[in-house]
Amino acid sequence: MTMTGGSAEGPTARSRPAIGEAIIGAGVVALAIVTFWQTMSIPVSPIYAKVGPTVVPMMTAAALGLLGVLLLIDAWQGGWQTEEEKAFTPDRSALLWVVAGLVLNVALIGSAGFTIASTILFFCVARGFGSNNTLRDALIGAAFALIAYFGFVTTLGINIGSGFVESAIERLIGLEGG
Amino acid sequence: MDAFSELLNGFAVALTPMNLLWCLVGTTLGTAIGVLPGLGPALTIALLLPITFKVESTAAFILFAGIYYGAMYGGSTTSILLNTPGESATIVTALEGNKMARNGRAGAALATAAIGSFVAGTIGTLGITFLAPVVVDWALRFGPADYFSLMVFAFVTVSAVLGSSAVRGLATLFFGIWLGLIGVDLQTGQARFTFGLAELLDGINVIVVAVGLFAVGETLYVASRYRLGKDEIIPLAGSLWMTAEEWRRSWKPWLRGAGIGFPIGAMPAGGAEIPTFLSYYIERKLSAKPQEFGKGAIEGVAGPEAANNASAAGVLVPMLTLGLPTSATAAIMLSAFQSYGINPGPLLLQSQPQLVWGLIASLFIGNVMLLVLNLPLIAIWVKLLQIPAPLLYAGILVFATIGTYGITQSPVDLILLYLIGGAGYLMRRYDFPVAPVIIGMILGPLAEQNFRQAMTISAGDWTVFFTRPLSATILALAALALFGPKLYQLALRPKPDHVPGDA
Repeated sequence: MTMTGGSAEGPTARSRPAIGEAIIGAGVVALAIVTFWQTMSIPVSPIYAKVGPTVVPMMTAAALGLLGVLLLIDAWQGGWQTEEEKAFTPDRSALLWVVAGLVLNVALIGSAGFTIASTILFFCVARGFGSNNTLRDALIGAAFALIAYFGFVTTLGINIGSGFVESAIERLIGLEGG
Repeated sequence: MDAFSELLNGFAVALTPMNLLWCLVGTTLGTAIGVLPGLGPALTIALLLPITFKVESTAAFILFAGIYYGAMYGGSTTSILLNTPGESATIVTALEGNKMARNGRAGAALATAAIGSFVAGTIGTLGITFLAPVVVDWALRFGPADYFSLMVFAFVTVSAVLGSSAVRGLATLFFGIWLGLIGVDLQTGQARFTFGLAELLDGINVIVVAVGLFAVGETLYVASRYRLGKDEIIPLAGSLWMTAEEWRRSWKPWLRGAGIGFPIGAMPAGGAEIPTFLSYYIERKLSAKPQEFGKGAIEGVAGPEAANNASAAGVLVPMLTLGLPTSATAAIMLSAFQSYGINPGPLLLQSQPQLVWGLIASLFIGNVMLLVLNLPLIAIWVKLLQIPAPLLYAGILVFATIGTYGITQSPVDLILLYLIGGAGYLMRRYDFPVAPVIIGMILGPLAEQNFRQAMTISAGDWTVFFTRPLSATILALAALALFGPKLYQLALRPKPDHVPGDA
């Protein structure tokens, strides 16, 4: 991170609209519209007509709308990021690995159990960060997940999604997790 | 003298073996997460919030405060040895500290940081001891309208004044307020923004938001640029004993840093970054050897390190006396209070003297522990820096999943966690500050409550916020804080960028 902001250049140096920033601005405006629409659907009893449940949501929608428009204007004028940052392309394959790990985790945690889902997540994230040691990562991930699982079950009595791996180990060591 | 005798009672609470143990666990864990890049006190305390169901309140807050202080100490180690600030409050430390380490004076840099943190942390804790009762006396006069205005002021300062752009800071603040609105409105029983999902009726858990932003978002962000840069750990070199000259050059910056940090932290403006930058500039101005700045001047480590610890102490003043959190970590501590059914505010000191004074006493004790943990035992923490990033971040995400899924075992919470993580990634990518989301989410519902109370008292008269002198003054200050810098900035250089590790 640089110590100084990059917005010191004159308007001529950055006249091209910034697409990334514009999408963010549009997203904030969209959130404002959704908020407004959802607020309209909250029924208000006449008793609370003056300061009912919709007053603050309405103010929030208005503020988000205004800020979104200001962001869009900023983006139209070239955006707020430094040139260096604009030229930067995120490491897509790294992001894909991490996102794949997260998606698989949500998809599997209910059916396959916490340990398997977490091991896959661990492996995918490590892979995204450039680790190529597949076996080591999977083993460390499995060990980490198992320790965490039994830590939770035994100390807090919380069952965080057991699957057949957990049940098998519990049967093996004679601990019936609940 | 009154505060003094209360403090002695506090020591009686904090010095019980169990509470000492909690303090030791907190300071140790705090140092560890401060040292590790990608983990911060806000995230850690959020993940530990479930212990509020198991452990009594005093012990839990001693643990949380230990983590909070410890992260400040640990963060400086990473700044000095890795040049990657472990925490946003230790960015300035990296400027001179890393240069000192490169010149083979890592030992002296770590020593002046740790001792400076101790001196300033102790001065700051003394500041809490004597300032808190004064603020309470003053705050007892506050009505709902005044509270609402004070919260507006805090909203403005934490989002608009501290970041690099008021518009972006306010945008994330309102995103946080929006998240806070989700769920059943307690006053009327109406569901708001639940999109027909039963899981959202109770609102979104702050753990999900904090972990999503600080663990998932941060990991995605680091992953997107990890392979493009390499961090280099500088080996621990040089004696940890400072020379006479280094002591001579350090003690004044420590005291000045504490003097700058505490008041800025204690104002409902909060934030530890501004005082560290201020301290750095002042030390450079006052130094007898300004030419050394940028090449490893010890004053540039001593001053900012003292300032960040003193401001960390200062932040606890509005938190404990007004219920006003001004940092993400303080906001999460506030939600811990809520989960005990305790409302921080002027009455807290009377209703929970054991808790408040025990907590303050434990801060004094924690500072002593941290000095020991961070000087003689520094070599252990340096080892933590050698954990390979792929395993570190993979572990962080698995832990984030446990922390979230463990609360409700609901896949909806996991999906929310990852969606908020995605939003957090975009915020980091496009330079939006993340802390205002947490503050807006926690403080927003309280602000709404005070707003509605004030409006009910005034029978729906909107002018109440401007006719009460106190409320009007605070709102005027908020307007000044919002628009003043804009006018001032037009003539001056831009502010520092938002920096990694805002947790």
